[in-house]
Amino acid sequence: MKEPKLSLHYDIDGTDFLAAGSASSDTKRILKQSGIDARVIRNVAIAMYEGEINTVIHAGGGTADVNIYDDCIEIILTDHGPGIENVEQAMQEGFSTAPENVRALGFGAGMGLPNMKKYTDEMTVESEIGTGTVVTMKVNL
Amino acid sequence: MTEGIQHSVTLNTEKCKGCINCMKRCPTEAIRIRNGKAHIIEERCIDCGECIRICQNHAKKAVFDGFEQLSNYRYTIALPAPSLYGQFNHLEDIDLVLTGLKRIGFDDVFEVSRSAEVISDLTRKIFQREQLTRPCISSACPAIEKLIAVRFPNLCDNLLPILAPVEIAAKKARAAAIKQTGLKPEEIGIFFVSPCPAKVTSAKHPFGHTERLIDGVLSCSDVYLRLLNVMKDITVPEQLAASGLVGISWSFAGGESAALLKDKYLAADGIENAIKVLEEIEDDKLNHLDFVELSACPGGCVGGVLNVENPFVARARIQALRKFLPVSLNHFDPRNEDYSQYCWTTPVEYLPAFRLDEDTGKALEKLNMIEKITHTLPGLDCGLCGAPSCRAYAEDIVNGRITEERCVRQRDQNSPPTTR
Repeated sequence: MKEPKLSLHYDIDGTDFLAAGSASSDTKRILKQSGIDARVIRNVAIAMYEGEINTVIHAGGGTADVNIYDDCIEIILTDHGPGIENVEQAMQEGFSTAPENVRALGFGAGMGLPNMKKYTDEMTVESEIGTGTVVTMKVNL
Repeated sequence: MTEGIQHSVTLNTEKCKGCINCMKRCPTEAIRIRNGKAHIIEERCIDCGECIRICQNHAKKAVFDGFEQLSNYRYTIALPAPSLYGQFNHLEDIDLVLTGLKRIGFDDVFEVSRSAEVISDLTRKIFQREQLTRPCISSACPAIEKLIAVRFPNLCDNLLPILAPVEIAAKKARAAAIKQTGLKPEEIGIFFVSPCPAKVTSAKHPFGHTERLIDGVLSCSDVYLRLLNVMKDITVPEQLAASGLVGISWSFAGGESAALLKDKYLAADGIENAIKVLEEIEDDKLNHLDFVELSACPGGCVGGVLNVENPFVARARIQALRKFLPVSLNHFDPRNEDYSQYCWTTPVEYLPAFRLDEDTGKALEKLNMIEKITHTLPGLDCGLCGAPSCRAYAEDIVNGRITEERCVRQRDQNSPPTTR
């Protein structure tokens, strides 16, 4: 793949739940200055937000990388958390392993991964138990 | 594009001390300090008035029309915003204010709250009939409309495509005056008494249509002082008031929403709060709501910077005035009225004031440079360079707005330590 035109990197702090979502909102703000179609930006922001929240809830944080190419925007979320036991099951709407305290805040409805798939054109989940998870999403331009 | 827009918010260079207060407060990063004076980036300004509110030197001001303009017309009509009523202490009767307006030089008055009631009724009927993009965002605050146009292009379609209360009031008042006086439309002067600079600007550069409906916009504080002089002498006011409590409640945050008689609404006031809500709507997080009312000013229109009274006091006074008013006196009559006369004729379009370049490839290159420069900066957002944040400074370098190094911290670090 060619060199990205722009790359953004974020460390997602797993200890500060209230700060979750700041990487995706920063990405949205920056992309808005590029002239990229507003709907594409919205989809990137929503998918990335869901992923960011997942990283905080399940993996104690991680990193987010956004690469903007000529034909697509790629979002890579990497964590070193517990890993996903059954990716297929995790992709189902309503399936969630989020703890009760997180659900009390309105998260953990089991819509994170399904929404990420819905708002992107391509999505792969590579996960290994005990090692971590890498979610790669692409939104076409 | 926004070129050629005459903004109401302007700077009095003589009074400006070049402090960074307005620059730091501006919600659209539209202010820079250059050569010791504030400078407004016109295409980014949404006329919200935040800089006027914060400026202690009274260097930021709103430009509005003067009373002498009344003499340009054979017949003049004042359109008072309902927030005006909240400015007077111990006001018991709205008719005192309306009669006062006639005494200070207007031939007639037409309350904006009358049209607000029509819009409330119309919106309720639209909700029953049509599928609007949800949540529907109120189009009553022009600073919010402008904010959406420059920062939230996805949400232009969510705006309620109905004229603002003052615009409908202007149409109705002019039509009635033509009928009554037999004068030509251009011989009638329609003057809005405005609580804020955003409404001054939008009278000249309207949203959703291109017609010039309002001939002049006066400031609430200006009118207030003149009214005080004459109102004390009014013993028996004329019976002019023709709106109910729904209409005058539009003057404070939540008033428009409450009139919809629906539960699924959100009303937020203050520009920063409004921005947070818009971000959430953009991210599809508020799809369960029917209606969102956003006011740029704290407390709603009573918080406009052209008012004289504290917004909370003004609201309390208007609440007290509501007590003896009927619920609503103005309605939309679908059998005898043409619905389209209230509708927008042109859509609100995206004004890309923040786009770095017309060409996306070049814009991305610039963003790349901005990212790199931002990482070399101290991240203090001190504002001493004349930009509101380190990132905005980087943006200004890349955009060629500044050429020399201005970062105080970098300069300190690069210069050799001095011996004491």
